[in-house]
Amino acid sequence: MKNDFRARIHPAWWAFALHRASGVLLALFLPAHFWLLGHALQSAAALDDVLQWTALPVVKFAETGLVLLLAAHMTGGIRLLMIEFLPWREWQKTLLALAAGASVAIGLAFALNVF
Amino acid sequence: MSNEKPAATGAGSGASRAALNVRVWRGAGEGSFQTYEVPRQESQTVLDVVTHIQRVIDPSLSYRFACRVGVCGSCAMNVNGKARWTCRTHVEKVAADGNLEIAPLSNLPVIKDLVTDMKEFFDKWARARGRFAGARTRDDDFARVMPDSPQRRNVDAGIECIGCGACYSACDVVQSNPAYLGPAALNRAWTLHNDVRDVMRVERLASVAGDAGCHACHTHTSCSERCPKQISPTLGIAGLKRAAAVAALSGEI
Amino acid sequence: MSVRAQTLIWLAQRASAAVLALCVMVHLATMIYAVKSGLSAAEILGRTRGNYAWFGFYALFVLAVAVHAPIGLRTVIAESFGWRGTVLDALTVATGIALALWGMRAVLGVFV
Repeated sequence: MKNDFRARIHPAWWAFALHRASGVLLALFLPAHFWLLGHALQSAAALDDVLQWTALPVVKFAETGLVLLLAAHMTGGIRLLMIEFLPWREWQKTLLALAAGASVAIGLAFALNVF
Repeated sequence: MSNEKPAATGAGSGASRAALNVRVWRGAGEGSFQTYEVPRQESQTVLDVVTHIQRVIDPSLSYRFACRVGVCGSCAMNVNGKARWTCRTHVEKVAADGNLEIAPLSNLPVIKDLVTDMKEFFDKWARARGRFAGARTRDDDFARVMPDSPQRRNVDAGIECIGCGACYSACDVVQSNPAYLGPAALNRAWTLHNDVRDVMRVERLASVAGDAGCHACHTHTSCSERCPKQISPTLGIAGLKRAAAVAALSGEI
Repeated sequence: MSVRAQTLIWLAQRASAAVLALCVMVHLATMIYAVKSGLSAAEILGRTRGNYAWFGFYALFVLAVAVHAPIGLRTVIAESFGWRGTVLDALTVATGIALALWGMRAVLGVFV
């Protein structure tokens, strides 16, 4: 029998799901990111040609999403490192809350600046 | 750790007080849920419900139990989607609304109805070298293990495992990576790793490291959520990850 | 792959994660600051061209990503599709090299 979703409804499982999804999405975004910056090899004007897209609200919206993914993957990853490498006991749920809070704060700071 | 609160037990909460609506998995890999009506009793456990069905309604129902007091670890089943020791799970706690769904443990082949084949589960304990290996003989003095030493405390935290398989059933890594040793075997390895009398430390670390071992754990903590003995295999697995990584760096494994 | 190699791969992912945690913090702070007045080549290149500190930072960042991401993808592929073994391991190494080269190209792009 397959695992039942009812056994997965707890914070650490959702943290895993978010960490996996954000990790895959960020990995897929990397080549595009490198491709964009690589335009600078040709000229500053070539880079500007691509960068002008970032003025579009839809691109700003997507950028904010990426920042949130990055912040979530980073804070979730720090939580994992602390669990795996520190002699930790019962404060893991506090860590989850801290990770979630920090991600949202970073995303908001970016959104406020970019729009 | 599960923190479901017991439901209100006040009288007069309607028809659901009189009878339970119980869906039970029947068959092997191919099968389906069958519904039974079971009278509700005071202090009724989920195992009581299964036993009632088998003794009064349908004697062909197969299930496994022995001690009925939470010691033997043979009666674990999925109750409303979560693995539990059924002999010590009160109906009141998990089915306040009178609906129960009872299925065999996940991640193990179903032999029939609620009985799973535990062979792979226990074979993995052997593969994780979950067996004590000492070097002393009857002519040696007793080993002195201080109760408050860090190692002994680590052993204490994991030693009460009854081998029920609830953690293994709840583990998503076992499902997506069938070779994974699983929380119970790794927890056992961790207690032995911390046994100062044991002489198989390096061999054991080599057995529990890598993609099929502790390093495959994603810290879902579903095992720790589901353990009826409140053990956190996640903690022990994290300890094994560190110990095996150090051993790999130093070339011991 | 030997158990020892698998363990070292796990360790490499954690070690690179620790490096990335620091890099990403700097990266996020820079981004939040940089997007304030809109992104332009002049502004980005003004910060990075000829600056050895930024070059060193981004080079470290790219190399850590090139270690971290392929190992993670290897696990995701193995668990999602049941695909394991030498071909997947070779693909993991190839992805890492490709990311490192592709990323270093971008770093050089904003440096020279």
